[in-house]
Formats: sequence, structure tokens, C-alpha cells
Amino acid sequence: MHGMLKLLGFIGAYFLFLKKVFKKPQGAKVFRKLIMREVYDLGMSSVGLVAFISLFMGAVTAIQMAQNFQGADIPVPDYYISYATKVVLILEFSPTIISLILAGKVGSYIASSIGTMRVTEQIDALDVMGINSPSFLVMPKIVAAVLFNPILIMISIAMGLVGGYLIGEVTQMWSQSDYIIGLQMPMATRLFVYTFVKTICFAFVIATVPAYYGYYVKGGSLEVGRSSTSAVVWTSVILIILNLVLTQTILS
Amino acid sequence: MIEVKNLKKQFEDIEVLKGISTVFETGKTNLIIGQSGSGKTVFLKCMTGLITPTSGEILFDKRDTTKFSYEERQALRGEIGTVFQGSALFDSMTVLENVRFPLEMFSNLSMKEMNDRSEEVLTRVNLTPESFKKFPSEISGGMQKRVAIARAIVNKPKYLFADEPNSGLDPKTAMVIDQLLHELTVEYNTTTIINTHDMNSVMEIGETIIFLKNGVLEWSGDKNEILTADNEAVIDFVYSSKLFTKLREVLLEEKANSKK
Repeated sequence: MHGMLKLLGFIGAYFLFLKKVFKKPQGAKVFRKLIMREVYDLGMSSVGLVAFISLFMGAVTAIQMAQNFQGADIPVPDYYISYATKVVLILEFSPTIISLILAGKVGSYIASSIGTMRVTEQIDALDVMGINSPSFLVMPKIVAAVLFNPILIMISIAMGLVGGYLIGEVTQMWSQSDYIIGLQMPMATRLFVYTFVKTICFAFVIATVPAYYGYYVKGGSLEVGRSSTSAVVWTSVILIILNLVLTQTILS
Repeated sequence: MIEVKNLKKQFEDIEVLKGISTVFETGKTNLIIGQSGSGKTVFLKCMTGLITPTSGEILFDKRDTTKFSYEERQALRGEIGTVFQGSALFDSMTVLENVRFPLEMFSNLSMKEMNDRSEEVLTRVNLTPESFKKFPSEISGGMQKRVAIARAIVNKPKYLFADEPNSGLDPKTAMVIDQLLHELTVEYNTTTIINTHDMNSVMEIGETIIFLKNGVLEWSGDKNEILTADNEAVIDFVYSSKLFTKLREVLLEEKANSKK
């Protein structure tokens, strides 16, 4: 009962926080500058990590598909290896797993940077100046994440497919022409819509939940660390639940 | 002028401010003193609008801010400059950007005009151009305080608040900061309110002083009166230092001799 009340309290406080965030932003010039900085901090700085993970995960996925298909009782053409890899990457791996990784990397950065601003009175300084601090701090992050996360996910999908191609080249488990044929096989449009919607929703969660945790930190550096951990945990939990809800809503 | 009438603030079952009434005059450095936990910071935050008081009135030149709408409060904040205890400079901005920031947010000045004004106030607080491009982490605590003061005055505020402006500074730098705040108060004719528990500051710039104890205004006066005040709580606060105890003995002796 206590836990349920606490959860309801968190949900209520989170939405009240969002209400403040969505008030009209002030200082257009500064706002544009902040968006550019956040695009770098939240997006560009993650490109290398996303590309690296996706390259290897794409290779692993392709090997696992090959193992399953080539060992199946019913003969499955080799071009299904790349098709299945593509479907896995587009539907689940890139939007969900990469978002979970970003929840850790970007989420902890957001929670700790805003939390540090809170405990060093930088947020009070903004408030005293008459600046709507939730909007000033969080809106640029939302805009940057929502704009750049789809790009990261596209990079992830592309790198995953390249990983599958390269491992095929190295292991000779399937022919490269089959791999290309599989990649060219069509997928239903609604699957792309599903992935795109997921990516946008996840980006929003990754930008706002850790910001909420950072904004309401009380205490010192220890509490900033704790809030950063809580932010990552809860962002991940919310992503997993939201993934199920969106999948059920859009695909069923 | 800022007038406070019967101001109370309660956090759950703890009453931190218990009905404070006082007046802070324009063009003077008004000091709020008291021990840690006496309610000084909460009092200051009530005046700057960071904390909403439970009851009472705060009048900024006869405008009751406790009845202000959100928009009116935001407009008033443009007239307020605040120096925080830990300076509260933005880590991601250089010294110049920190000072320029309020202008970027609220003025229609061109970039050149904003830079000129920022450099003017930075020079006024005795910072040299070499420091303008440094980040807060690259300058000393005293310099950070100067930057915070420069940022607070860049918009030419009518009201200047400072919470423990010289905490963590050596006595000499602390004195420089005190003097700077006093000079700026006269120069800009601001209503300046400074929270402190530093007796050196009290003796340096205490034109009007109020003493808080457990959320109650115990005593008010100026720096000339505080050393011979007969309030027990003030005596206990002021003479916690042996140097001041010795000084009190001398002053009381002088006072007695002058009466003869």
C-alpha cells in the first residue's frame, strides 16, 4: 500500500514537473545555443558507443540466426539470415536495447549534471533571475533527444547490418549475395512506424525521467550519486514497460 | 526600501521564522546576523521568492510581493540581484558568459553591447581581462565571489541580496568583498541585504543590523551600537571571540568614564 502511494506520488510529481517544463521557453537566442550543446552532449557523443555496440551485436545476431536456420529440420534459405537480422535490429535491438544503453549513459549524465546544479544553488540562481528553470534546463534536452535519437537508432541499425555482413565475410557461413538479397526483402510500413514511435517515446523518457531525479535532489554529492543511480534504474524500468505497452498497442 | 511585516515560515511542524517585522533601507548595507540555524537563509530566501512564506507581508517599495501573480513575481525578479553562498556560477560558462547571461535572457542589447556591459561590471569588481575567458573552476574562491557580484549587478538591480558572501574566504579577501558590496550599494543606490555571521563584516559594513535567534528578531541597531548592546543573545553571539570580549571590556570602561 505504502509502495503504491509512493509510486502514485512519483507519477503525479513527474507530470507536474513536465507541466513546468512545457511552459513557454525564455531567451530564444540562449535556447537555440543550448539545443546545439545538448545535441552534442546527448547525441553526438554517443555515436561511437552506439556504432561499436551495434556492429558487434549485429554480427552476433546474424551468427545466431545462421545457427538456427542452417540447423533447422526444414530447409531455410540463407537470405533469411540477413532478413531476420534486419527485423530483429529494426524492431527490437536498435530502438530498445540501444535506448536502454542510452538510459545508462545519457540518463546518469542528465541526472548528475542537473543534480549538481541543484546542490550548488545554480538552479536557485536561475529561479532568482526569473528564469523558468525546469523549462530552461530540460526543454533543450527533450528537443535534442527527440531530434537526435532517431538518428542514433538509424546508425545502430545500419551498423548492425554491416556487422552481420562483415562476419559473414569472415566466417563464410553464408554468401554475401544471399545477405544482400535478404536485406532487400520488404518489411511492412507499420513496423517502421512502430520503431519510429518507440524511438521518439523512449527519447522523451530518457530526457525527462533523469532530469526529474536531478532537479529534485536534496543534500550533497552523495545524494546526487544516489539520484543518478535511481534515475538510470527507473528510466530502464519505464522503458521496458513502455516497450510492452507500445508493442501491444501498435502491433497487435 | 523593503518592509517585512510579521513574516512567518513553517516547515511541517517546525516554525523557522516566528513573525519577523523590520525595514531594510535603500542605499544602505543592511545586515542580517545570527548563529547557524537562526533562520537567516530562510528569511533571505523568502524575500528573494525562492521560498513562499506561511504568512506575513514583504513589501518591495510598498508592493506586497506575497500577493504577486506569477508574472508579477517574474517581473520583480528582473529588479533583484543575488549573490549566493557558494557563488552559484554556471560551470559550463566562462566568467564573461556567466555575467552576460542575465542580459542575454532579458535584454534586447546587441552582443557587442552585452559584452561591453559585462566587461564594465567585471572591471568594476576588480577582475582583469585575463580572467574573462576562464571557467569558474579555473579561478579562486575570491574571484568567483567577484564574478557572482558582477552577475548580480549587471542588470542594475534595485535590490541586492547576498547570502554569506565571504564564507570560505580569508579575512583580507572577505574584507575586500564586503567593501565592494558597500561601494556598489552606494553607487547603484540599491537596497542591499546581506546575511552573515562574520563579526568582521558587521564592523566593516553594518549600517543597519538585525539579529535573529531561533527565528525571532532579537535585536536591531548598527555597528556602533552592537558592541555595547545589552541583549544577552547578542552579547553571546558577538563575544564568542576572545578578542571581542577584551574589546567589550575596554568599550564599557570608556562608556563608564565618559558618563562620569
